[in-house]
Amino acid sequence: MFKIVKREEMSGGTVILNEIEAPLIAKKAKPGQFVILKANETGERIPLTMADTDPEKGTITVIFMVVGKSTALFKTLKVGDGYQDVIGPLGKATHLEKLGTVVCVGGGTGIAVLHPITRGFKLIGNRIISIIGARSKDILILEDRMRAVSDEFYPCTDDGSYGHHGFVTEVLKEVLKKQTVNLVIAIGPVPMMKFVSKITKEFEVPTIVSLNPIMVDGTGMCGGCRVSIGGKNKFACVDGPEFDGHLVDYDELMLRLQAYCEDEKRCHEGFCRLQEAK
Amino acid sequence: MEEKEKKRKIPRQPMPEQEPKVRARNFMEVPLGYTSELAMKEAERCLQCKKPSCMEGCPVSVDIPGFIRHIKAGEFTEAIRNLWSKNSLPAVCGRVCPQEIQCEGSCILGKKEAPVAIGNLERFAADHERTHGTGELPPKAAPTGKKVAVVGSGPSGLTVAGDLIVKGHEVTVFEAFHKAGGVLVYGIPEFRLPKEIVAQEIHFLERLGVKVECNAVVGRTITLDEIFEQGYDAIYIGVGAGLPKFLNVPGENLVGILSANEYLTRANLMKAYLFPEVDTPIPHGKNVIVLGGGNVAMDSARTAMRLGADSVRIVYRRSKAELPARAAEVHHAEEEGIQFFFLTNPTRFMGNEKGRLVGMECLKMELGEPDASGRRRPIPIKGSEFKMECDLVVVAVGSGANPLLTSSTPDMTLNKWGYIQADPQNGKTTKKRVWAGGDIVTGAATVILAMGAGRKAADSIHKYLTWGW
Repeated sequence: MFKIVKREEMSGGTVILNEIEAPLIAKKAKPGQFVILKANETGERIPLTMADTDPEKGTITVIFMVVGKSTALFKTLKVGDGYQDVIGPLGKATHLEKLGTVVCVGGGTGIAVLHPITRGFKLIGNRIISIIGARSKDILILEDRMRAVSDEFYPCTDDGSYGHHGFVTEVLKEVLKKQTVNLVIAIGPVPMMKFVSKITKEFEVPTIVSLNPIMVDGTGMCGGCRVSIGGKNKFACVDGPEFDGHLVDYDELMLRLQAYCEDEKRCHEGFCRLQEAK
Repeated sequence: MEEKEKKRKIPRQPMPEQEPKVRARNFMEVPLGYTSELAMKEAERCLQCKKPSCMEGCPVSVDIPGFIRHIKAGEFTEAIRNLWSKNSLPAVCGRVCPQEIQCEGSCILGKKEAPVAIGNLERFAADHERTHGTGELPPKAAPTGKKVAVVGSGPSGLTVAGDLIVKGHEVTVFEAFHKAGGVLVYGIPEFRLPKEIVAQEIHFLERLGVKVECNAVVGRTITLDEIFEQGYDAIYIGVGAGLPKFLNVPGENLVGILSANEYLTRANLMKAYLFPEVDTPIPHGKNVIVLGGGNVAMDSARTAMRLGADSVRIVYRRSKAELPARAAEVHHAEEEGIQFFFLTNPTRFMGNEKGRLVGMECLKMELGEPDASGRRRPIPIKGSEFKMECDLVVVAVGSGANPLLTSSTPDMTLNKWGYIQADPQNGKTTKKRVWAGGDIVTGAATVILAMGAGRKAADSIHKYLTWGW
């Protein structure tokens, strides 16, 4: 069992942080890599990109939004409980390099994945401009941590309750107009990554996105996570999860993410009813 | 002569099976097994040849007349002991080996009538031990103090583990998945190889002292060199082929097209046929097409039928004669109502506005001259395009070499297809103290060939641990 040593609720309980004992993974993991978690015997294998690691303590941190049965089940786990299986680190690590100015754009729980990557770019001497967004102020996560590793910091909310009133893409466009940017990293909902890539393409700024398609094994064996990158099939689990944002077929990815939506809904509703009955 | 005549009068004893109509909709095992009486009767048919050609047909050289002689005499414990001395997974092999091209294919009786049902008898001996046996372990040599790491818990890895643990070495098996068994667990369906049996075979090895570490992705969680740093003296790599092949035709990323690896892993390892009792979903196609003609294609088609499909069609680009699947699997599939479309090859897939599969366009093929594999090459017939309606396609056209482990081990030589270069006689790779065998060396093959490679490597590892490289 992989024990949970710390648990936090964020965004009014819709987003959960788990710090999990996994010494072998903590020792090896680098920013950008992911793990697969399975709560119990009948559980599903869920890939999550790590939000942090502590090699000395032997722990890894994941932050996830409760969207279906499996994440709802993860939410029920308390400190002292554990995951039956944690597998990793999987995928390729972010290629960290001193480039000059790096813009880090994050949305929703994507900010959790973006944070260690931003910190990595900062630590090797890049100037960091962070643009993070959420629907509203009370569900914006990791603001302080992102601010701490940024030279310029722009929060955004869809409802205008905090920071820029509107989308991260609007701020990004302003930043790109004013200064030379060497790299943009965008991690968040697929539509956000799609529109960030569209803008950066206009400005001809290299762009990295991190994808989270449906996955089973995470080792390149099943091909369920295949994505079209520049017209070629790539497996997000071993060739990614990070790809050149200008080459990703986002529309195909969005359709593929919907593959099990009806099954998932049915399964989640059943679980919620069971929880309520308890 | 008289004795021989008498034996020939006993026909091959068929193994009772679930009725096709019933079993096509459940996941329980199809053949039900021999009773002791049936097994002893079948064993009587064996001629006990002085030079048994059946043994030459067996990749792990099971003493076939020997164990059959014990069954004939009702000495079932002796029978399983005899089997174990050559084969650590008899319950598995009795069920999944292609006996018709191995032991049974070489049986002398087969020249005039049906060969001895060697596979059925092997299965009987293993099943009888599991249900009636004493559970007594075979003898084990004194500890040698040497440590061996086995990467991958499929048939070849388990064979190596079983062979080396009884020789007194410490053995740890590293498995990337959360459950041990490799292809026996994620690939071969419950109705052909119940997972309970695989679990018991692994438990048997654990009782012998083998340690199994799941969730260990060698190449990611730990590298080969780090395994050596932990004090291991030798490593065997048996990770399987593990890279699904796709056709690379337009529309292949539509929702509703899965590799057989994904489809079967969902069904078998994740038990998605029980969804929503378990959390992993699996697509339930109404009109299912499986592409390919091997065992994996048969397993996928039969799984789709059990998941409630209205129609399941196997589309294969060559003809029936070239089907690589085990004869029994093709026969079972046909009995269960699966249709075959031979000499047919897909050219593109069609989807609806939601990106979901609705159909497949194919070309008819004809057979030309033999190709490198010795089989006649299929050639498309111009203008023969036609469409097939479908809402689920399972691509079972083979596997390539998964680079996850090999790319993290640059000092080990690969061949041009990415498979590990290993000496066919002993499994030695170009990296010192590392052996390899099974599909990651040969490309996708059978359980028993992987076990045969494991056996040779285990002998070589034992020699090295005793005498040096």
